[in-house]
Amino acid sequence: MQGAAETLFFLSAPLSFCSARPSGALTLPHIQLSPPMESYSWEDLQNIFLMQGFAGISLFSVLLLMGLGLAVIFGQMGVINMAHGEFMALGAYTVYLCSTLTAEYAPSFGPYYFVVAIFIAFIVCALVGAAVEWLMIRRLYHRPLDTLLATWGLSLIMQQTFRSTFGAREVTPTLPEWLMGSYSPKEGLDIPINGMFVLGLAIAVSFALLLFMYKSSFGLRLRATVQNRKMSGAVGINTNSVDRLAFALGCGIAGIAGAAFTTIGSTGPDSGSRYIVDAFLVVVFGGAASLMGSLASAFGIAQAQSILEFFLEGTKGKVATLLVIVVALMIRPQGLFPSKVRAH
Amino acid sequence: MIFFRTLFKTKGEAISFAVFVALIAIILPLALPIFRLNLVGKYLSYGFVAIGLVLLWGRCGILSLGQGVFFGLGGYCMAMFLKLEASDPVSTSIQTTPGIPDFMDWNQITQLPWFWEPFKSFTFASCAVFLLPGLIAFIIGWAMFRRRVGGVYFAIITQAIALILSLGIDGNQGFTGGRNGITDLKTLLGWDIRTTGAQYTLYFLCVFLLLASALLAKYIINTRFGRVLMAMRDREDRVRFSGYDVAMCRTFVFALAAMLSGLGGALFVLQVGFMSPSLVGIIPSIEMVIFTAVGGRLSVIGAILGCLIVNFGKTAFSEAYPDAWLYLMGGTFIAVVMFFPDGLAGILDKSGTLKAKLSTLGTGLMKKLKPAESAEKASAAVAEIPKTAEP
Repeated sequence: MQGAAETLFFLSAPLSFCSARPSGALTLPHIQLSPPMESYSWEDLQNIFLMQGFAGISLFSVLLLMGLGLAVIFGQMGVINMAHGEFMALGAYTVYLCSTLTAEYAPSFGPYYFVVAIFIAFIVCALVGAAVEWLMIRRLYHRPLDTLLATWGLSLIMQQTFRSTFGAREVTPTLPEWLMGSYSPKEGLDIPINGMFVLGLAIAVSFALLLFMYKSSFGLRLRATVQNRKMSGAVGINTNSVDRLAFALGCGIAGIAGAAFTTIGSTGPDSGSRYIVDAFLVVVFGGAASLMGSLASAFGIAQAQSILEFFLEGTKGKVATLLVIVVALMIRPQGLFPSKVRAH
Repeated sequence: MIFFRTLFKTKGEAISFAVFVALIAIILPLALPIFRLNLVGKYLSYGFVAIGLVLLWGRCGILSLGQGVFFGLGGYCMAMFLKLEASDPVSTSIQTTPGIPDFMDWNQITQLPWFWEPFKSFTFASCAVFLLPGLIAFIIGWAMFRRRVGGVYFAIITQAIALILSLGIDGNQGFTGGRNGITDLKTLLGWDIRTTGAQYTLYFLCVFLLLASALLAKYIINTRFGRVLMAMRDREDRVRFSGYDVAMCRTFVFALAAMLSGLGGALFVLQVGFMSPSLVGIIPSIEMVIFTAVGGRLSVIGAILGCLIVNFGKTAFSEAYPDAWLYLMGGTFIAVVMFFPDGLAGILDKSGTLKAKLSTLGTGLMKKLKPAESAEKASAAVAEIPKTAEP
């Protein structure tokens, strides 16, 4: 890992962003549709960046959680999981199911169910992930391009399963009271609580994952397997079970991403596929084997999209962001934080 | 005769090609009503993409998830020309600004954008159908293969490009027709493309160009260049050390596949009569990979048949059981990838091999029947070729 100081820097970057309070009044300026850049004063721009920055934090958190899951599966194991978005949707549907069941059978538990639902989403996705690994992925490790195609087939099946189980319409779980509303430390500045909660969740998961990867014996075995599979097998590491656990872990984190996603949007059968390209770009742009890189690139991509969306109408902000990343990847294919290890 | 030998290694290959020609050029046109034949023509226009994927993915080992981009570029080039022809000042006289495409008028655009201007010329448009996809593929391929980007990275980046292009077309309604695409295409140089006669003509044009492309692909595969490609797929470092420019070879194949896809897109537009971003994005791009995988990623004819079979299955099955279609499609795809990586053509080849084994023809014939597929043979072929033959 790239040193504790760097970790702290990246983790504190979004936090310091939230607490920044410039002196000017924080009201959104009244502006007509996409005026030229010069018509904004410096103060206006500051406010716009701050407000859009807050909006981007929710997107950042979801992308980060998606990216972390993929970074484990893709970066560590070299498997392309095209169904990763569907695992996210599975997590979101699990939360929805928990919400419905709580409202039905234990209404008094309502305010707290969400925290439990996050764990359940993690466990459900991890179990399904382990099953998928056992049935499909483990037969394809030597053909990475084919895992991509097989998991695409899986994603079609999962999408149709969601559609026949929950219907084609988008669903939203009932969120507990304490997640709604916003915190206003100051006139005109509204910090949405769900955004902060999701950010906290994403950071907690990142920390837990870092600890798990670098301090636990499983993490040690996983890193050893990535570096040299044959040698790890020779020293007595059961590489098959390491693979299965890693895949399950990645899918489980996607489930948490799904739980986070329910706080910012409603879930439909194809919700997951809308995020899959962004999530892959987060991982590739960050540097495939680097969790730190995923963190940095998720933040960059989410903030760029969110801020550009304000100045460019419609999907142009997203197009511009993706274009910049693709061009950057052509010039620097190894990403932001290339791994120093030559993995084979 | 030597040329014929290069195209068809064995008698079996020649026979299967002849059967295929008979199927799409004689049997289907006689057996099907024009509505269905037009559908076949539409599926065959995906066949161009499949041929490109056989070269690129099957023979070169490079999976592109962005072939829809090139299909779409070719299609849009043709659609822009047809749209300009359809929106002459007389027939668009009810618009605020007559003489520009209707969707531009709806979006308060009063002047034809500069990049539409050259598409008034048929020569320019029909050249752009190949050259634009080829050029863009060349730039992308050159940038990436130079830096030795390949495998899954290439797949992800090409997929992102497909997303960018489809979102870009979708978001700029005034310039591109947006989500609805470019519709209401009527004539090609004054010739009405919607009549039954025109549809037959276009079908046979499509078949002719498809067969020509298939022969070109077979020619490339069976020449030394094809063997070098396969050697690069299996042992890239050895080919590089033998003095070949791996990046250039791959860029060439990528650009060629893109040009074929662009041609397919143009024929799609001529036969179907519209173009929209739904044929450019991630899902159509992956679907074209699915067609190729089901048919057989190593076999040109197999891949084209894959397009026909999967699309007919899609039409027939999704009409009858719309819900179960995605299960079937996903399941088939997983099964093909996991158990039959060489697709239908691979299954047929294997059964052919089995028969040959059962008969007493002996192992000598077996060797003749099997083209040089293995890494060893391919690299041996590379070693044989003198340096001067570098493509």
